[in-house]
Amino acid sequence: MTPDAGPNGTAAERKVLTLKQHVVEIVSDSGEGAQKAGQAFGTISAKMGNGIWTVEIIPAEIQPPPRSPAGASGIRVRIGSKPVTNMGDEVDLIVAFNEQALLGRLDLARFKPGATILLENKWRDHADPEIATAYGTTYARLVEEGYSVIEVPMEEICFRYVNNPQLGKNMFVLGMLCAVYNRNVDFARDTIRYIFRKKSQKVVDSNISLLNAGYEWALEHIDLSFDIPPMKDIGRQIVVNGNQAIALGVMASGMDVCAMYPITPATSASHYLSEIFENVGGVLHQAEDEIAAAAFAVGASYAGKCAVTITSGPGMSLKTEVLGLASMAEIPLVVVNVQRGGPSTGLPTKTEQGDLLQALFGTHGDAPKVVMAPATIEDCFYSVITARRIAEAFRMPVYVLSDANLATGQAPFPRPEFHAEWVAPPIDQRPVEKDTKPYDWDQKTGLSPRLVPGQPGGMYAVTGLAHTDSAKVAYTPDANQEGSRLRSLKLAALQRTLKSPTLYGDEEGDLLIVGWGSTKGAIEEAIDRVREDGGSVSALHLTFLQPLAPGIGEILKRFKRVMCVEINYSDSLEDELITEENRRYSNLSWLLRARYLVDVQNWTNVHGQPIGPGKIEEMIRENLAVLQPA
Amino acid sequence: MFGLHDTATVDTGGDYYSLQDYQSAVPRWCPGCGDNTILSSVQKLCRDEQLPPEKTVFVSGIGCSSRFPHYMGTYGFHSLHGRALPIAQGVKIRRPDLKVFVNTGDGDCCSIGTAHWIHAIRYNFDMVVMVHDNEVYGMTKMQTSPTTPKGIKTNTTPKGAFLDPLNILQATLGISNVSFVANVVEWIPEVMYQVLQEAYHHKGFSFVRIVQRCPHFLPSIFDPLLQDPNKLLLLTDERGLKPSDDLRKIYKNERPHDPSDLDAARRIADEIDPMPIGVLYRNEDVPVYDEIRRATRVVTHDVRRQALDREFDRFAVDLA
Ligand SMILES: Cc1ncc(C[n+]2csc(CCOP(=O)(O)OP(=O)(O)O)c2C)c(N)n1
Ligand code: SF4
Repeated sequence: MTPDAGPNGTAAERKVLTLKQHVVEIVSDSGEGAQKAGQAFGTISAKMGNGIWTVEIIPAEIQPPPRSPAGASGIRVRIGSKPVTNMGDEVDLIVAFNEQALLGRLDLARFKPGATILLENKWRDHADPEIATAYGTTYARLVEEGYSVIEVPMEEICFRYVNNPQLGKNMFVLGMLCAVYNRNVDFARDTIRYIFRKKSQKVVDSNISLLNAGYEWALEHIDLSFDIPPMKDIGRQIVVNGNQAIALGVMASGMDVCAMYPITPATSASHYLSEIFENVGGVLHQAEDEIAAAAFAVGASYAGKCAVTITSGPGMSLKTEVLGLASMAEIPLVVVNVQRGGPSTGLPTKTEQGDLLQALFGTHGDAPKVVMAPATIEDCFYSVITARRIAEAFRMPVYVLSDANLATGQAPFPRPEFHAEWVAPPIDQRPVEKDTKPYDWDQKTGLSPRLVPGQPGGMYAVTGLAHTDSAKVAYTPDANQEGSRLRSLKLAALQRTLKSPTLYGDEEGDLLIVGWGSTKGAIEEAIDRVREDGGSVSALHLTFLQPLAPGIGEILKRFKRVMCVEINYSDSLEDELITEENRRYSNLSWLLRARYLVDVQNWTNVHGQPIGPGKIEEMIRENLAVLQPA
Repeated sequence: MFGLHDTATVDTGGDYYSLQDYQSAVPRWCPGCGDNTILSSVQKLCRDEQLPPEKTVFVSGIGCSSRFPHYMGTYGFHSLHGRALPIAQGVKIRRPDLKVFVNTGDGDCCSIGTAHWIHAIRYNFDMVVMVHDNEVYGMTKMQTSPTTPKGIKTNTTPKGAFLDPLNILQATLGISNVSFVANVVEWIPEVMYQVLQEAYHHKGFSFVRIVQRCPHFLPSIFDPLLQDPNKLLLLTDERGLKPSDDLRKIYKNERPHDPSDLDAARRIADEIDPMPIGVLYRNEDVPVYDEIRRATRVVTHDVRRQALDREFDRFAVDLA
């Protein structure tokens, strides 16, 4: 690795700053390829052994007006010397294709004081005086606010290599970043070859020349250089986003049928699955709506192997009746909800964790089901495999609650090795002994073996009506009580098999932060920072939300204060009308309060953004100050 | 069988399924309900076709008619109001060995399940779909249905239904990929049986609308059809209805109809009086979704491992 050697071997004398981590953003109008450049930058860094976390910056509209703050599209890449588990806080370096997109981020993301801004300067002398003025004003403001603004003639230089520089400058930007961050240029070229593997050699060549141009320009004009030392001996890793991990999990779990209806931010899982699923005999079915998708999956599960349906909030609401049927009729099913901001159409592209209580209780009547939440990209892969196994063993729907943050986020994890036990055995088609009941419930656990069409002697009619163990419509009050009891017992049986969760930090203390899902990395980073200063704070992160693992109640009682950190709405006592009596808590807080009779507080917001560790850290320090007055 | 003592049963030389094999519980429909005659016809069809009960699945939605699977000795799935079709599709997608039948009501299929009905026609899964059209909601006690004739009083239209009924044959024939459409009345078992048999042998989505009496709520609505044989028009063809001479003596209104002629089928679907009976349309060449999407390979653990390895390697970052 020769990080200092440019394409022509001309390394400028630059002061190199060694860092533990850095946050980079590339922002542009939609369709300018900022995300591609950022992902490539992340992959190159992962290849070098750095920890990375990428988050896509997505405008809500597909084609927002160009040069608008609301239309800022792009990507954040956080690089570290250690594994990176979240998007971090303030931005250290921003590349912007226009100053308006940059303003969009300035309002939303926090820029570190004095942060470096690499700004396309073609707007300065734009023919439209309004544009030129807007650029000039913003430039002046940024300089005045103390940012280190470097103007870059991106398109001007790219124009020497390609006819349409608007499409090529992302690779120029990649080249600049490689120079600034001492990235391995060979890796960068490999990555470009991979990105454009389906295109002609000419396209590959021109993109590589753009990369080189960016690299050289940066060496010549930017006297800034960052070094983020990589990790060693971390083994083979794969870099995928959460939705790809879910698709891979589906494929690894041995499920054959995925039925879905397109909805952001879940759809990309199905895009990828549609590419790879047939290689393992799978079928991705795009149904006419989410109700049909869920029903299709239930039909497929009933007739054979457990199936999966993937959706997001509004689709989840539509599927609810069918999921109640799966619970009632005891049909295994995996349901992935890649949560977005709700209710209604809400924030279609933005992250939220607002569907937990819907998952638990969102069906009419009592419909037991399992609810799990992956906390990392790696979890997205393995949780689908686990969900399939639980669904089949316990004959019930298992929900996997991911979110928009995980869906598009990328972080490396160890390359999995396939295990045969991930996959369900072939469906049972053996004859059934005479008088075998379709719901031959074990009285202690509620479990019963499943009869599958094709098994001679097992014929029965499954029904969503209350039924007896023979699947006969229940006409007596006792039969419904009995069926409900046995379906509910399955959750207790599962709960008995779960391990008590481990705490992050000490076993007892002042403050316990409880979270679930994608917030784990940020919470734990915040905890680390506070604990470094001696703060008494620990974290508990829940993978199973239903049933809740044993031992949680005991853990909660060992802390002076328990606080849920979640991305969903909760009332604030600062609002005049809100009192302890009418206050609405966050999803998990409601659940823990009800379950453990512990006073669980919450700290939440619905800004549609992942929560960075810095904000959590502030909150923790404020709470500790109250609990441990100096 | 045949009323013989069970020590004296004839050895039929292997598995012979009798009518009893397709019967389970005693139906709980009202006396005189047309669903009873449909059930008998279907059980007879299963017996005559010797469908292995374990390889046969009846899927239904919710409604009086959707109780159907409970009375069959086969596998069955009594599901949700309106959702029988996507569930049946799911059953079929990876189980080409299963024979799939759907029983649904006019409300179940053509009101709450409309999206699925329209798209099921287009998907063209290989299955037989029977719409028990009693022109009213039975289960929920006589509300108007999309097929209720204008002016008929129901509990939600005490002054009479406001709109002309939905012509579900016409609607079905209007959808791309339509492959089999038939119309029968359940009170002529010979006709219903023949048409269901043709539907069963058709490869694709066989849509049979069955005009069904609901004596409990609309006791006289079909009286004109029942009392005047000339109110029915038999569509005859080698690939459709082949009425017996006895039947012909009663139902004299008869017209040869080539079921491959879609334009003619659509014109016929518009004819309300006399009501056309028989196979309106039939096209074996429409691609069948469950065949298009059939798995192309046997997937062993090794195949799965290789496929996964390929993906993992594609996203692998090797430390230099
Ligand atoms: C989601 C939902 N909405 C409403 C109902 C109530 N419901 C049950 S059956 C039915 C109508 C049945 O009419 P039809 O499909 O014509 O069948 P029939 O009873 O006449 O055979 C209705 C509205 C229900 N079960 N589920
Ligand atoms: S109400 Fe009508 S449709 Fe329902 S069982 Fe009685 S007669 Fe049949």
